[in-house]
Amino acid sequence: MYSTLSFADEISNEMYATGTRGLNCCIQCATCSAACPAVDFMDHTPRRLIGMINAGMREEVLNSNTYWMCASCYACSERCPKEIKPSELMYVLKRYSIWKNRYRSDMVGPEFSRRFVKTIMRNGKSYEPGYAPAFIFEGGVQGMLREMQFGMKMLAKGRIPLVPSRIKRLDNFRRMLSRIVPLEGIE
Amino acid sequence: MKRYAYFPGCSAETVSASYHLSTVETGAKLGIEFQEIEDWNCCGATPYTNVDELLANALCARNLAIAERTGLDVVAPCNACFKNLHHANEQLRADADLAEHLNYALEADDLHYAGTTKVHHLIHVFVRDVGFEAIKKKVTHPLKGLKVAAYYGCQLVRPDRGDGFDPAGPTYFEDLLRAIGAEAVPFPYRLRCCGASLMIGQRHAALAMVRDLLRGAAQAKADVVATACPLCQLNLEAYQKDVNREFGTTYEIPVLYFTQLMGLAMGISPKKLGIGTELVSAQPVLDCVARKPAAVAAAAAPTAKVG
Repeated sequence: MYSTLSFADEISNEMYATGTRGLNCCIQCATCSAACPAVDFMDHTPRRLIGMINAGMREEVLNSNTYWMCASCYACSERCPKEIKPSELMYVLKRYSIWKNRYRSDMVGPEFSRRFVKTIMRNGKSYEPGYAPAFIFEGGVQGMLREMQFGMKMLAKGRIPLVPSRIKRLDNFRRMLSRIVPLEGIE
Repeated sequence: MKRYAYFPGCSAETVSASYHLSTVETGAKLGIEFQEIEDWNCCGATPYTNVDELLANALCARNLAIAERTGLDVVAPCNACFKNLHHANEQLRADADLAEHLNYALEADDLHYAGTTKVHHLIHVFVRDVGFEAIKKKVTHPLKGLKVAAYYGCQLVRPDRGDGFDPAGPTYFEDLLRAIGAEAVPFPYRLRCCGASLMIGQRHAALAMVRDLLRGAAQAKADVVATACPLCQLNLEAYQKDVNREFGTTYEIPVLYFTQLMGLAMGISPKKLGIGTELVSAQPVLDCVARKPAAVAAAAAPTAKVG
């Protein structure tokens, strides 16, 4: 008989692949939750999320906003007494949810990340206005107007360029990346 | 003259041009030449790691390989660029399979990375390679009476890189501020995250995180917050009015790069340091610097409003 990996195994395997410990040694002490500066805005605390993963609650975990609320500040990883790196776990869950195309529809993070990746594929460098369509409608009409006002002020101070900056050897750069992932569909 | 392979990062050309200018200016005063890495590309920031780790490492590998040809150590002024370049470097050096895979990709740009490059953050170069004594010697306009909140941010200190810089209780930023004559006020949130890219996807959460930092700076009666990262500067300064609108606060605290404060103390003109491009005016800091030391004590009223 073949057996398939449980969700908890899948996630822990991804953790091992990044060179960190798996989640099975978590003692649920909540040091990660206490250290997290974004915990107030998460629907499940990091400790609870780890417990849910270990309990196999795949749908609830993927539907949570917790991992997209992580700003990757490593406060949890620095303090975990079992040397789990919850900040790496959040990256793992972001990647997993993008691969599986399973995340909460109100999360801007996945679309922003995709747009960012495409912008770099195109230019080799970041260009802020290129990501705008991903989030500009987040705050409705009022939010959009505020965003434009902010953009104008930054423009007036010379802090936003009108055209994106590009690297010189862009063709080589793109060929380099295409040796890692197919660029079709990304461009 | 000490030289480094300098990785400006994308924001140096946009939102944090003043950090770039002040880095080059103060570096020159201290006998450091920042030689820009030829045709460098984006470090990947956080979104690349959100999508694909290998791709994220490839971006950094290209920069490391170009820098390696110069034989110089890499220095990045941005916390996130530093974290990414350092992290990729550690992985490439530890994992031969990864290095082989990425070197196959690098061939497309006639590059090869042997793993000999070291990666530093700009502030570490100033405090360790240059040193406080050498910095003190160049100070002509000590920032006497200026109360500064030293804001390290997160990815500058974490994760622990085993490089001798304490991830839990560092003091070098405060020491650096004292070396240029300023007063480093106790700032409990100095190692706490500014929200970084959450400002795009999770605006309310990021603004709340920035509000906490501003509250801490105001309670410490800081005249100015000093930062070592373009993202921290952008969030704390450019979004300060949004914080006030969101939470009904009245903060008006200038946020400058540590290199700008160093430059002012070394007598470099504010314009050359890129001061004047802020959305929260840095004038209170300039006024403080312009005052004679005797007058400073008399007019030591904090400019930061407590909200």
